[in-house]
Amino acid sequence: MHAASQLATWSMILAIVFTATAGDVLTAGAMRRIGDLDEIRARSGFIGAVKAVTGNALFLTGVLFMAISFFSLLFALSRLDVSLVAPASASLTFVSNALAAKFFLRENVDRRRWFVAILVCCGVALLAR
Amino acid sequence: MTLRRWLVLVAVTLTASVGDTFLAVGMRQVGPISLHHPLSLIAALKVPWVVAGILLLIGFFASYLTALSWADLTFVLPATSLGYVIVALLAKFWLHEYISPWRWSGIAFIALAVSFIARGPSLTQHDPRSDTVVS
Repeated sequence: MHAASQLATWSMILAIVFTATAGDVLTAGAMRRIGDLDEIRARSGFIGAVKAVTGNALFLTGVLFMAISFFSLLFALSRLDVSLVAPASASLTFVSNALAAKFFLRENVDRRRWFVAILVCCGVALLAR
Repeated sequence: MTLRRWLVLVAVTLTASVGDTFLAVGMRQVGPISLHHPLSLIAALKVPWVVAGILLLIGFFASYLTALSWADLTFVLPATSLGYVIVALLAKFWLHEYISPWRWSGIAFIALAVSFIARGPSLTQHDPRSDTVVS
């Protein structure tokens, strides 16, 4: 593979990883702000819970990034092998999610969680072989 | 973590993996779709497996959001990664796909990761006064 096509390949994969991570972190941040859905459902019913989620701008931005990530995946799959794109994007997203959750959601990503993220990352990569 | 919350995580895992497998079965019945005729995807909505797959994936998103409302992202994602293993097992025993030794070792890695994450706390506690992490 040429250097230029290598660059294009990894740009496409990194675009998927970036948008998927942004979608996951924004959605998780929105759910943290909204609060426990079980309690909201008990208080305001199912419709109330749906309104609380779909009326949150952070959640809608997260869903937008998830949609962009999905179309980036489709775009990459139309040009690259699925055996490279699927495991590379899924496994890298596990690590980038751990980093983003630590810095943006201020989650306590301790040694156990880093170890688990790397184990899952390796597991996903092996599943694709 | 209560039993009910573990059941929500099981729902996240099962709806995602079984939903994906249903979609795969349905799309095999539909056949290849040309990028030049994307509207032919609408025909896929007439296949019961595809409809069932979509309904399960809606259930996945609802249970995933519920889990994120009371647990950390870095807990929910690995805890539900057992779905990759379930997809591999359904592919082997239902769709009769070949699982290589590499894939079996990937399954072992993920199962090990899930057993580790299940032993830790599900949510980071923050001190509301200083907004620092309480360990």
